[in-house]
Amino acid sequence: MALLEVRDLSVSFSTPDGVVHAVNGLSFDLEPGETLGLVGESGSGKTQTALALMGLLADNGRASGSVKFRDQELLGMSSRELTRVRGSKISMIFQDPISSLNPYLSIGDQLIEVLTHHRSLKRKAARERAVEMLERVRIGDPLARMRQFPHELSGGMCQRIMIAMGLLCQPDLLIADEPTTALDVTVQSQINALMGELSEKSSTAILLITHDLGVVAGLCDRVMVMYAGQEMEMAPVVTLFAEPAHPYTEGLLNSVPRLDRARSGILNAIPGNPPNLLQVPAGCPFSARCRHAWEACRERPAFAEVGPDHYKRCHLERLPEAPPET
Amino acid sequence: MNESERDAFDQALDTRVIQGRSLWVDAWHRLLKNRAALASLLVLVVMVALVIIGPMMSDWDHEIPDWDNYSTPPSLETGHLFGTDALGRDLFVRTLIGGRISLLVGIVATLVSLLIGISYGAIAGYFGGRVDNLMMRFVDGIYAMPFMFFVIVLMVIFGRNIFLIFVAIGAVNWLDMARIVRGQTLSLKNKPFVEAARACGATEMQIIRRHIVPNLLGVVIVYVTLTIPQVILIESFLSFLGLGVQEPLTSWGALVNEGAQELETAPWSLLFPAGFLAATLFAFNFLGDGLRDALDPKDRV
Amino acid sequence: MLNYSLKRLASAIPTLFLLITFAFFLIRIAPGGPFDGERALPPDIEANLAAKYHLDEPLPMQYLRYLWQIVRLDFGPSFHYLDWTVNDLIAQGAPVSFTLGGLALLLALAIGIPIGAWAALRQNRPGDYAVMSIAMVGISIPNFVVAPLLILLFAISLGWLPAGGWEFSPSRMVLPVITLALPMIAYIARITRGSMIEVLRSSFIRTARAKGLPEKEILFNHALKPALLPVISYLGPAAAGILTGSVVVERIFTIPGIGSYFVQGALNRDYTLVMGVVILYGILIILFNYLVDLIYAWLDPRIRYDDQEAGA
Repeated sequence: MALLEVRDLSVSFSTPDGVVHAVNGLSFDLEPGETLGLVGESGSGKTQTALALMGLLADNGRASGSVKFRDQELLGMSSRELTRVRGSKISMIFQDPISSLNPYLSIGDQLIEVLTHHRSLKRKAARERAVEMLERVRIGDPLARMRQFPHELSGGMCQRIMIAMGLLCQPDLLIADEPTTALDVTVQSQINALMGELSEKSSTAILLITHDLGVVAGLCDRVMVMYAGQEMEMAPVVTLFAEPAHPYTEGLLNSVPRLDRARSGILNAIPGNPPNLLQVPAGCPFSARCRHAWEACRERPAFAEVGPDHYKRCHLERLPEAPPET
Repeated sequence: MNESERDAFDQALDTRVIQGRSLWVDAWHRLLKNRAALASLLVLVVMVALVIIGPMMSDWDHEIPDWDNYSTPPSLETGHLFGTDALGRDLFVRTLIGGRISLLVGIVATLVSLLIGISYGAIAGYFGGRVDNLMMRFVDGIYAMPFMFFVIVLMVIFGRNIFLIFVAIGAVNWLDMARIVRGQTLSLKNKPFVEAARACGATEMQIIRRHIVPNLLGVVIVYVTLTIPQVILIESFLSFLGLGVQEPLTSWGALVNEGAQELETAPWSLLFPAGFLAATLFAFNFLGDGLRDALDPKDRV
Repeated sequence: MLNYSLKRLASAIPTLFLLITFAFFLIRIAPGGPFDGERALPPDIEANLAAKYHLDEPLPMQYLRYLWQIVRLDFGPSFHYLDWTVNDLIAQGAPVSFTLGGLALLLALAIGIPIGAWAALRQNRPGDYAVMSIAMVGISIPNFVVAPLLILLFAISLGWLPAGGWEFSPSRMVLPVITLALPMIAYIARITRGSMIEVLRSSFIRTARAKGLPEKEILFNHALKPALLPVISYLGPAAAGILTGSVVVERIFTIPGIGSYFVQGALNRDYTLVMGVVILYGILIILFNYLVDLIYAWLDPRIRYDDQEAGA
């Protein structure tokens, strides 16, 4: 049984300019202990997918479809029931760690309240457990940190604390929304290493949202590529990098600068911009920017299996061997 | 630059100009959607028209008593729509004449404070550094003082004349404006788009005209709309205490004061001027709120 | 924290100095002496009076004398009530005025904050619009209009409460306190609503929700404190507003407080009394702002931190 079963998830927001369709009929599974990467450009619906799972959409947002966590439907769950899942069975960490922590409460208070709330621990026991967890995420002098406030700590330190906070109740699933985007490069790799270590040692599944393919390669078991709120391609990480089946995936891979390829002088960015989500095109959403687009692309392709555990949403039989034009 | 490149470039410039204008068009559209603000605008227009034209249309004068009617309630038969006061003066005309003074004080004193505030704030913000520090310290110092009481002291010391009211209120009310303009200037000066314009070779005058003034203008308009009712309130307050405009002139505050003294026998002499005063303040405040929402789309949800 | 409070106190002193200087020169440039009554006084009596009030000394001397006087909180004799010192008058009015003002402030906080928070939780729904429109009415109707209307309704028409006069009894205090509190309730509700909406949108509240905390706990443990900081900042201007309002309220309800003396003093051109009250109010406002800053710093760990850093 899958830990998480997402079926036909759609998220839309009503705004003064019209209805924005951020996620459009997304489906995927997540197995216990697995790390799934969710990749795509800004505005591809990654973050809104995660927020929808957590029931944390903004007030003007609406989610439809089905999200089953351990066979329990999360969408439409009452906020009281949700509070029992959030932070306890599913945790989430965010992009900007410093502003994600409450500036008015000490680190200790913010950690302890998770345990006193979900595990009904006494403050003293909760404090000990929190210190232990800070040690596990390699924070030096945890007792001193417990007394400090977020603004006294660095971004990397705050993200470690967020991770510790997420893992306090040993959740089944940790959703990490671009956990390293706001950090310095050196700190990024430390946090990524920490995440990798934790995912190996614990049984917690991770849904990792990122636009950084390098992080995906290092951490994930499987990858899903999203575009305009739809899944474009899903494959085990090795397969995706070795044999990308979707032009968008290929474009993403080509736009990463690589040292092991001859320098062509030009970074191969995907031309054009992501579609306007006020009016999602009826056919393949990527066709407007796709250099292989042809007539068939006016109809939305199915998300079809192309190999073992490998799916794509594209009318092309296979990608033509076209060297990147220079 | 070849032909097509130049076209593209011109186009890019064009869109920028259009976008610059559309800030105001946008704001106007947002304001049109705000019913409360529109209604307020209408109320204010009617109010201004009424205080200008109304007294001319009436058979009565605001000073000359109607010897047959002392403290009579509003009635169509006597022709006193709002009744008369204890001296037999027509309250309709008095309320409108009082409105003239109140609105006049509101607008003139706001302009005075605007003039002082903008110059002071712009200088502090533009020079920045030590000058700014010193100038704003001074403002902070005055801020901490009971300024309403200083206005009263000024009125006591220099006698109660209407020009002094303009100056006194304007002179103590410029602090907010100075702070706002200074803050805006300071932050605009360092905004990326101003730096970008400078990097593109725009002259100081162009920067001020294209970037600083339009961005300041919104704040100033909102602030003016919110300052006028404040000033009207201060003037009414002074007049209510007997320290503002003196007979034979009158203002809403003075009328409320007279009305409050005849509360038991002639409540209408309180209710009409009080209603006009409250409606005007209400409309200005609502309009100011609406303008702020319209000009500052940041908070639009 | 101690460091911060001392530093903050030191910065209040120039303000105080500015206030006193301003007051002194305002009185000196006032046209006409304080004893310009209807009748001209004989020159020798006038000279005696001037000597008594040190008006014959050079200006810098007078200024220093005045400063020293104020430092000792001695506001001198009243120019109008010749047997009274300004201190006597203030001492008589102060308990009344401060009771009124204090009660009004408490009432405004006790009502304004919950109303504002309630409206924020119902943002852009009918309840919110209703409350905020009423608040706008509260801000727009001046207290010298509200007071007569309250008297008209509760004292004259219904006869439930006395229309004026003063003693320390609830029935006499209700209407003045409400009149003073109403605009403040409206302001505080608006400020609380605005800041609460902003706080509830912030990322750390999203984190608190992601942690699975119940809404109530989020509201009280995570949102309330930051949402109240702007209200705390407003308390300085609010105190000034109360002092101004008390002038009107004391006059309308015929209450013998400082405000009443002030208006009488202003109408009688009793310069020392008027200046005394202005300086006293100035000191009060400065003190109040100081306290507010301390509370703010105590609530906001970031300010404390800056201080530690600067002090270290």
